[in-house]
Order: sequence, then C-alpha cells, then structure tokens
Amino acid sequence: MFTGQVGDAASSVPQPFEVTRVRIEAAGVATLEMTTFSPFVFAPGQFNMLYAFGLGEVAISISGDPAQKERVVHTVRSAGAVSGALARLRRGAVIGVRGPYGSHWPVKDAEGSDVVIVAGGLGIAPVRPAMYYLIAHRERYGRIVLLYGARSPGDILYRRELETWRRRLDLDIAVTVDHAAADWRGNVGVVPALIPQIAFDPQHAIALVCGPEIMMRFTISALRDRGLTTHQIFVSMERNMKCAVGLCGHCQFGPAFVCRDGPVFRFDRIAPLFGVREI
Amino acid sequence: MQGLERIVLGHPFFAGLGPEFSAAISGCARNLRFAAGEYLFREDEPANEFYLIRHGTVALELHSPGRPPIVITTLPEGEILDAACLVPPYRWTFDARAVELVRALGVNARCLRDKCEADHDLGYELMKRFVGAMGERLRATRLQVLDVYGTGR
Repeated sequence: MFTGQVGDAASSVPQPFEVTRVRIEAAGVATLEMTTFSPFVFAPGQFNMLYAFGLGEVAISISGDPAQKERVVHTVRSAGAVSGALARLRRGAVIGVRGPYGSHWPVKDAEGSDVVIVAGGLGIAPVRPAMYYLIAHRERYGRIVLLYGARSPGDILYRRELETWRRRLDLDIAVTVDHAAADWRGNVGVVPALIPQIAFDPQHAIALVCGPEIMMRFTISALRDRGLTTHQIFVSMERNMKCAVGLCGHCQFGPAFVCRDGPVFRFDRIAPLFGVREI
Repeated sequence: MQGLERIVLGHPFFAGLGPEFSAAISGCARNLRFAAGEYLFREDEPANEFYLIRHGTVALELHSPGRPPIVITTLPEGEILDAACLVPPYRWTFDARAVELVRALGVNARCLRDKCEADHDLGYELMKRFVGAMGERLRATRLQVLDVYGTGR
C-alpha cells in the first residue's frame, strides 16, 4: 500500500507515503520526513500537494535536500484543519503526496554571483533546499548570505542547522527576532533592517526572498536601496492552491497562476501587482 | 584633523558631512566604553548625550513591574542613539544596555543644541540625518508590531 513512488506530476493522483520521522520545530510546526523507494527529484523552491486523508489537500513547499533523492521532507505549520492534521502526524502515519509542482529558485543561473537569501517565519522552509544546493556547490558562488527573521527565539526553525551554518567561515548567516527577553543575545528587529549591514556586490548578486508578503515588500525595498534591480530579485508567492496544475483558478494572481507560473517569480514580472490590494 | 573629528566623519551617520560641521560636532564629543551588561542610560533619565555606536551591540529594553524586560530592538555598530536628546523634554524613553563590549562616541546634547541654535545650517544638516534615521526606525517598528509571523507563512 505504501508505495513511496513519486507520481507523475501531470497525473494529479496522490501517492501514499509513510511518515518515517517527525521533528517538532516549534509550537505547531513539525517537519515530516518520508522515505521513498524511487528517486524523488525536485528543484529548490518547488512544492508538493499533501493529502490528509478524509480532510483535504494543502500545498506545502519541499524543505529537504535536493541531493537526497530517497527522502521527501516538508515543514508544516498548523494553520487550518488540513495543515493542523499534518502537523500532528506521528511516525508511521500515511499521507497522500503528489508533485513536485511549480517553478524553482534560479540557483544554477546564479553561479558566479553573490546570493542573498532573506526569509521570514516559515518562509525559511522553501529556501532551505536552495541553501543545501548552494552549500553543496559552494565553489561556484560568490558570497552566500542568509538573513532569517522569526517571531521570537522560540520560533526559530532549523535552529541547529542555522548554528552549524553560522560556524562556517564561507557563509554569512544572520538571525533576528521581532521580540525577545533580555537573555537573548542575538539580534532583535525586523529582517529587512539587516540588509544595510551585509556585504555583497549588487552588480553581481541575486536575492531570493520568502516570507509573509508585507515582509517581502519591506525586504525588496531594502534590497533595491542597496542597488539590486527587480530583475535580480526572486520571490516565492503563496496563494490558496487547490489543483496545483493551473486549472482551478484558486491561486490566480493577476494573469498568473501561482501554482503553475510560480511559486517562484522573478520580481519584475509581478512587481506591478505586488502592492495591489484587490488581487 | 583631530582624532575625534576623524571618528565623527568615519561613522555612517555622518557620512559625507562637510568639514565645517564635523569640527563643531567633534568639539562636543568624547570617547566612551561600556562593558557587557552595563547600561548606557535608563528610561526617564535626562537625555544629556547622543551616542554613535562604533563597536558592539546595544539592546533597547522596556520593562514593566513583575515581568522580565523585553528587548524591543538591538542596534549594531554604525547606528545612533537617539533624537531624544534634541527635542524636549530631553528624556530617554527606554533602557539601553550593552549586549557586549560597546565603544561609542558620546556627543554632549546641550553643547550640540547650542551649536545648532547658533548655526542653523548645522542644525538643518543634523535634523535631516536624524529624521532619516528615525524614519527608518519607525518603518521597521511598524513592521515589527504587525506580528507578521503570527499567522500565515
């Protein structure tokens, strides 16, 4: 029954996957790891549709290492009935998986450039595969910067991994929280405020941005103040995705479907729509 | 050029400042050092000095009785503290604690205000810089109070 086989994205048929490991990242946030029997190939930034049987499907970004093709990893926050059920799963549970879907971060096109990643909240999950890829091919890139903002120290996701990365001399990692008690020795403030402090070459850099839309707006503004153009900035959008193949229209964002044309967009392609309230 | 004047001109807040102004500002300045955990100032104390952080991080804290203090922001080197010394009632509205060893330039507020009153070109130059810095901080605070990570992604 538990095929662990990756379905053809075009087939739209969920395949049953067994959860083989669960890690509680923070209150209401869990990382689910599923082992596959056939290679699961995806590009950083893509997502799967996860099906909690009897409840429904949600689109969840893939947060694992693209080089580890025997595992599918998702980090889920309990925000509704389906995601709540997924976040409460235990080892041995079975869910339906179909995918991968959507566009991806341009990690190959960025070779030779500095890469600035700015993530907020659960937005670090979709950029984590990009970090794995960049680190695995470290020699192909200039500076690699990760700026991550969380609500509080207790809400920081992938904490051990961030600490490991921060110890490396060839990565620039900064974490900030919106508020903290006095025993927190790290940064307090919003993540866009870190951008003026970091070193990178705006002429030869790209930025990958993921988080709540308002955080992305402030971040893009700060990146443009540093000299990046809208062609150099990539954002991951989130909308209510249902079919994941550009048919149902639930995730329509102006002329684009986030599931099919996104979730990763080069910013100049959606900039005119980004601040429009009615979309 | 004197040492203090060189430090003033080297601080990001005064980037591009003309020499006619830097001499006036450095005439009111002194070097300061705060050990980790030491407070630069406490809430409601007179704002007698304006600080340019040269090294280290300063945490701005608010406290209420019976609760541990809350850090509202941290300021790294290159930042300033604050416009409270320039506008009445010249009192600090939060605590400022050195998270680690902090080296700062302290600029005597009365001395600076007197020079700004005497030379409005200096005053206007300073006001533009303070307004810019405070505007940035206000923008960041607006995003912070939205609690954007509380719901959604």
